[in-house]
Amino acid sequence: MSSVSMTVNGKSVTGEVEDRTLLSTFLREDLHLTGTHIGCDTSQCGACTVHVNGKAVKGCTMLALEAEGADVRTIEGMANDDGSLGVIQAAFQEHHGLQCGFCTPGMVMAADELLKNNSNPSETEIRKYLSGNICRCTGYHNIIKSIQAAAAQLG
Amino acid sequence: MPKDNGIGASPKRREDVRFLTGRGRYVDDIKLQNQCFAVFARSQVAHGIIKSIDTSEAEGMPGVLAVFTGEDFTEVGGNPAGWLIHSRDGEPMKEPKRPVLAHGKVRHVGDAYAAVIAETYEQAVEAAEAIDADIDEQDAIVDMAAALANSDNLVHDEIETNQCFDWGWIEDNRAATDEAIKNAPHVTTLELINNRLIPNAMEPRASTADYNPGTGHYTLYTTSQNPHLTRLLISAFVMGIPENKLTIIAPDVGGGFGSKIFHYGEEALVLAASKKLGRPVRWTASRWESFLTDAHGRDHRTTIELATDKEGNFLAFRTSTLANVGAYLSNFSTVTPTILHGTVIAGNYTVPLTYVNVKAVFTNTAPVDAYRGAGRPEATFSVERVIDKCARELGIDPIEIRRKNFIKKEQFPFLTAAGLEYDSGDYHALMDKLEEMADFDGFEARKAESAKRGLLRGLGINTYVEACGLAPSNLAGILGSRVGLYESATVRVNATGNISVMTGSHSHGQGHETVFPQIVADMLGMSADDIDIVHGDTSKIPFGMGTYGSRSMAVGGSAIVRATEKIIEKATKIAAHMMEAGDGDIEFNDGVFSVVGTDKTVTFPEVAFKAYIPHDYPIDKLEPGLEETAFYDPGNFTYPSGAYACEVEIDPDTGKVTICSFSAADDVGNVINPMIVEGQIQGGLGQGIGQALVENCVYDENGQLLSGSYMDYTMPRADDMPFFNVDQSCLTPCTHNPLGAKGCGEAGAIGSPPTVINAVVDALSHLGVTHVDMPASPARVWAAIQAAK
Ligand code: FES
Ligand code: FES
Repeated sequence: MSSVSMTVNGKSVTGEVEDRTLLSTFLREDLHLTGTHIGCDTSQCGACTVHVNGKAVKGCTMLALEAEGADVRTIEGMANDDGSLGVIQAAFQEHHGLQCGFCTPGMVMAADELLKNNSNPSETEIRKYLSGNICRCTGYHNIIKSIQAAAAQLG
Repeated sequence: MPKDNGIGASPKRREDVRFLTGRGRYVDDIKLQNQCFAVFARSQVAHGIIKSIDTSEAEGMPGVLAVFTGEDFTEVGGNPAGWLIHSRDGEPMKEPKRPVLAHGKVRHVGDAYAAVIAETYEQAVEAAEAIDADIDEQDAIVDMAAALANSDNLVHDEIETNQCFDWGWIEDNRAATDEAIKNAPHVTTLELINNRLIPNAMEPRASTADYNPGTGHYTLYTTSQNPHLTRLLISAFVMGIPENKLTIIAPDVGGGFGSKIFHYGEEALVLAASKKLGRPVRWTASRWESFLTDAHGRDHRTTIELATDKEGNFLAFRTSTLANVGAYLSNFSTVTPTILHGTVIAGNYTVPLTYVNVKAVFTNTAPVDAYRGAGRPEATFSVERVIDKCARELGIDPIEIRRKNFIKKEQFPFLTAAGLEYDSGDYHALMDKLEEMADFDGFEARKAESAKRGLLRGLGINTYVEACGLAPSNLAGILGSRVGLYESATVRVNATGNISVMTGSHSHGQGHETVFPQIVADMLGMSADDIDIVHGDTSKIPFGMGTYGSRSMAVGGSAIVRATEKIIEKATKIAAHMMEAGDGDIEFNDGVFSVVGTDKTVTFPEVAFKAYIPHDYPIDKLEPGLEETAFYDPGNFTYPSGAYACEVEIDPDTGKVTICSFSAADDVGNVINPMIVEGQIQGGLGQGIGQALVENCVYDENGQLLSGSYMDYTMPRADDMPFFNVDQSCLTPCTHNPLGAKGCGEAGAIGSPPTVINAVVDALSHLGVTHVDMPASPARVWAAIQAAK
């Protein structure tokens, strides 16, 4: 076991992990941040997407120890300071961009990164960008609508 | 105008806030004090005799608390099939035992033969790998026709055949159907495959058991669409745990699509392990386990014939199907290819004769069971593909041939040749609406434009009708169901006037927490915000048959209506007492009771308060309190229907199919929440298009699953999908439930696969292509083009 420290959603945290412990496992099991989901074992579903130093990363592709000293953000850190839903989250609710909610944290984290880098993405750009995030419930229609609406609002 | 959050409104979903902020609570999010972990040892061969299992090394490894094998479960029962199907000769189907852990034989890759419980997950994984199983590999039985031909090599030796049943529907119509086909002026024949699918709910299955040695009570947190049904199966059939000693909680569940209806052996294992150790035992499937062990879907080989006269009037449908049930009978595996398939083979049509034959076959593959649509997509695909082929052969427009044979609006209720009485529908109106939505007139111009870019454009049309909202229990019983198919609801009005509704339906994406309060709010003249839904916990809800078969609104919602009616009835009596009037003189409108012809009123919250503080109360006639339960058993199935159109472009050089547009006009009966209904239709379309274009479960001849991960099993992604043009304005209410609702969960997945394939074939028909099997992958489409050249 080794000690690891990082900042998660603005708070410093420290933990003891095995070398093989994944970042997603550390977040879920040690920090009890269970909004980051595990949907696969081949790094292809995107349910585990979090931000590490401002970049969207699949939390299951990274060891907890690799995040030493990093600034990590999870779905639990995406609401406004007063607890209200952030723009992207609110757009997903407004446009019914989620059903079972399992893919949703990953979708929101991915959308946040997309809109940071491309404030006015085309439909095709959004669809291509989300190709690493699988949703089984929505047929993607309302996810795309939600992201378009958030983009419009964020300007 | 609907109230902001009453029937017909689309309030934002209240469940979304927790899902969007990471506060959902799925089974794997639940961590109990002192928990330990279960990991399964699973067969790597498809078929083998278990000679011995040596667990001694695993037992001595660090952290290991217990090891189980099939030997530990010989005294408990098997996981049963929920429907008893009889063969054409009257013999009951073959029902080999499905044990908790494989015993004697392993029958598919992934079949669990042992389980390790350890302090940590990693320790359990390592110990499971150290279990030494001596398994004598046998030839795998994979191909259905070969399985039936070969009686020397059996999946289950004790039943002496690989055939589960040979079912005919309706057997009495067989001779007449044969005769009609023999004498028909035109017969179109089509052989097709309904491709095997892996459900892939994004949340893998998970089960955590917590046995309390002090009370003898078990609690099981599990990924279930129907916790009461799971409890019933565990109590009555598998483990004999008394129902009053077993609580099942299905909290937030990350999609089901059928795969989480069923009881699985892992649930029984963690219960047994928790009892043995006196500690909570947690198990969560890795995705590879989901691929190998979740019940798969579809997997039919069908020959369908359509007899017509020269004008294209349908005279008879006849089908012959081999249906794979896999290695064991999963709970709904026998009803899916039979009742849910054969009874809708007449489709939307007045065809006078139909006959369906289904042979169900055991193979060394994962169990196959209900998957979104369950039997009805298979029937619709067969019927609508052969109609399209027939139209082409006869030179009749595909829309025209359908219109010509539709059941007309004025013919409802209509008893079909396949034996169901459809209560309502208007298929011509749906087709009219579709023509308006899909701009058929502009197709030729779009096709020419595609051709300029070197692409082949096709237009596919399809209609469907499904039977859902299962079911009248007495009819289900006659057809072979071993359970009832009603739904329950309890409406509890609290003393301060707000309400908790306990429902036996289970929401795993359908939005029940938002939509059910809309009904009660309308009936009681309240704000939906003061009404909460409780679901997914057997200790809080009277009973429930759960959510599948598009039944939650039609059956579960109707139960809520009935319970709320009882509330109004009792509250009326209390109000009459409060206003010193006769019960018959009271009117209830928009939350207010009044005495007819006077200005006396009391509000619903005042009545509720009186019910709980009954100081001045008709105690000789009425009990205090305001809580009512109803069990609703429907009078018939419900029959949603729709008309779909799809345009595709095909690149002839690569075979790649791109969906350019998709229009869907659905009649789902009355709509309670339009936003949620649209979302359900869109999701179903996504899954159906996935089946049509990309998804395919493949086993090799040794029974190895070749499509066992997201690298090999293609899931539809955002860039495979178009925006959908959906409409639910052509509605005919269901005539036999109080909401007039028919159901919308499966529609899209039923109607879309034939629409897409009809479009693909349309694009290629000038080359002589008459059929393309699903998925219409680039390789397959390219090969079809080459073969036709
Ligand atoms: S769990 Fe990380 S991509 Fe699927
Ligand atoms: S909302 Fe269920 S997987 Fe996307």
